[in-house]
Amino acid sequence: MVKRSVGIGFATLLAASTLALAGCGTQSAAAPAKSNNSPKQLQIFSWWTGVASSKALAALDAQFNKEYPSIKVINEAVAGGAGSNAKAVLASRMEANNPPGTFQVHAGRGSLYSWVQASDMAPLNSLYKEEGWYKDYPQSLLNLLTFNGKIYAVPVDMQRGNVLWYNPTIFKKYNLTAPTTFSQFFSDAAVLKSHNITPLALANHGDWEATLLWSDVLLGTVGPQEYDALLTGKTSWSAPGVTQSTKTFVKMLAYTNSDYTALHWQQADQLVAQGSAAMNVMGDWAQGYFTTDLHLTPGTGFGWAPTPGSAGTFAVVSDVFGLPSHLKNQTATLDYLKVLGSKKGQDIFNPLKGTFSPRLDANPADYDAYSRSAMQSYKKDQLVLVIGQGAVNPAFTTAVNNAMDILISNHNVSQFVTAVASAAQSSPLS
Amino acid sequence: MIKNAVKEPDRAPLMARRPKWRFSWDKASPVLVLIPSLIALGIFVYGFIFWNGYISLTNWNSYIPNFSFAGLKNYAAVFETFRFQADIRNIIVFTALFILGCLSLGLFLAVLIDQKIRFESFFRSIFIFPMAISFVATGVIWSWVLNPQPNAGINLILRALGDSHPPTWFLSPIIIPSIGLGLIKVGIPLALVAVAIAAVWQMSGFAMAIYLAGLRAVPDEIKEAARIDGAGAWRLFWSVIYPQLKSSTVTAVIILTAASLKVFGLVYAMTGPGQDFTTDMPTLNMFDTTFQGSQFAEGAAIATILFLLMAAFSVPYLLSVLRGENREENS
Repeated sequence: MVKRSVGIGFATLLAASTLALAGCGTQSAAAPAKSNNSPKQLQIFSWWTGVASSKALAALDAQFNKEYPSIKVINEAVAGGAGSNAKAVLASRMEANNPPGTFQVHAGRGSLYSWVQASDMAPLNSLYKEEGWYKDYPQSLLNLLTFNGKIYAVPVDMQRGNVLWYNPTIFKKYNLTAPTTFSQFFSDAAVLKSHNITPLALANHGDWEATLLWSDVLLGTVGPQEYDALLTGKTSWSAPGVTQSTKTFVKMLAYTNSDYTALHWQQADQLVAQGSAAMNVMGDWAQGYFTTDLHLTPGTGFGWAPTPGSAGTFAVVSDVFGLPSHLKNQTATLDYLKVLGSKKGQDIFNPLKGTFSPRLDANPADYDAYSRSAMQSYKKDQLVLVIGQGAVNPAFTTAVNNAMDILISNHNVSQFVTAVASAAQSSPLS
Repeated sequence: MIKNAVKEPDRAPLMARRPKWRFSWDKASPVLVLIPSLIALGIFVYGFIFWNGYISLTNWNSYIPNFSFAGLKNYAAVFETFRFQADIRNIIVFTALFILGCLSLGLFLAVLIDQKIRFESFFRSIFIFPMAISFVATGVIWSWVLNPQPNAGINLILRALGDSHPPTWFLSPIIIPSIGLGLIKVGIPLALVAVAIAAVWQMSGFAMAIYLAGLRAVPDEIKEAARIDGAGAWRLFWSVIYPQLKSSTVTAVIILTAASLKVFGLVYAMTGPGQDFTTDMPTLNMFDTTFQGSQFAEGAAIATILFLLMAAFSVPYLLSVLRGENREENS
């Protein structure tokens, strides 16, 4: 009797644990796969978890639901690390052949191109033709999404990576103008330093901010043609322009705050806003921080200019969405991309996010003073990409970030250039 | 021990009369109960360890899976980088600081609590509480407390006490004694001391709990006897009580070492890789290499090295525990 009840007890236990195990299985693998199969649900994967960006995404999803009421959008945003956590989650989902409906990625030969090379993305040429998008977007932007004649993603917003932000009150007080050349930068910096103001605020807690500054210095030194040739592997990284711009960059470090390792980019811009520092180089996501978080007025609270030497060039940081090739059901994703690429969708999305629409028919009146001026440059300037913001393959980017961490402490230019050149060899850019 | 006691009697008869194997729930049930967890462990722990080791020997260094055999190429590539060499220095220094800090503070707290004070359980809880906080929260809080600015955080107190040049804490680029070896300077990076302070704050309560259990296990008769023999409090502690805490120390060291080698959230939130990688850890490097750089094979190589490091600490401990059990059985 006793034996039997013990036996039954164990059997129950066994059954329960098997069930539990099976339960784990369904939760992690089967459930998302199921939702991919069903045309009723669509997972949108991004790192848009901030106040403005999540609000913008929700508004875009609402517009999509208005046009396609039968499909339920599931927001799969992953927070943290300026997208680095999301990229990690995405990589594991792609490896498991369990892609989201569509996902956020930067335009360029970075992650997007790597996914294309891994044949994880399907081309969208017919969608572009159908929607007439070849005329709606500038060809130079579409070129950044096209590999071997096939276009792989739809851009939803536009941000600029080569912006110098400055404090207009300080500049007026010392009769300075925003520097357009490096020699002007250094003469301005000398004046500011003599008045005990940090000329250039720098952050590098995230390990990519200094790379952005260096990328902009490189662009301003060698010009857009050679810069582009470097990024696409057509020119060797041992070229003298690389050394020269790295020297300029190191010289700039003498005019920065010393605690950049501890600062996030917002804190660097806060130094500028408060007036303890005069300038900062950051993408124009900083303008959302100035206006929304610090309640400053564009023009009087903060000023902007292209980074030294880069006037006439627009460094593109654009969020784009594509079509994963391993999806069971592509219709829902294609429908979503139609809304995301449309004038209506972008007019809803961009003003809320603090970015502007990359479409040629976007209405400047929808945007604030900064975005209007950025839009103007975008339409006439030459477009390039930014290292660390989707321009080059991830392995090269990580190698540059690592070399940068060493450069900013030991200021050894030749060591840095060697490291970058050898990274370009082990992770080819072309 | 108990296992053997049960088995011993029926082993002899089993040898004598050859198997008349009969199914019985009594014999089968332990096996059946173990099977699910063995399967889960086999797949999710040991399976993945081997998979990781296998990946580290392949050429899979982009989004395109490439399982061709690469030999030890990835290990060589990893060891050649400045960052990884700095990581090895940092993890050794950090582990040493962390364990010394936790053990000495933990022992001190345990001895204080063992004085039969009032509200003992209240104090015990207070000292253990930090363990319940996530390492990320600890990292953020301590990055504020140990703010490198001269006019913020703990530096305000130091300045009030007359220190005109308070430390820059985790931003300090100084390495003592800074001996060149390979690509890096070997020594104790001062920035790591700040990280160790935060980690010790969090985990010393754990060492205290272990030591407290050890102290409670020391029989009163022995202390009594030592006192009668004329031992003072100091002598009593170091010659009589402390030697009995050896197993507590070993346990604490093993568990804390494992925690130290795995440290990620604390450093990620508090300092990041730091200036010149003075606060970088192999775990951070692995995360960056694998998920930012998409170099899966090199990331797997770093993970494997970490695993071997961990094994180097825990296997001797497990062996000594097993040996101890055998000795007890034999006696």
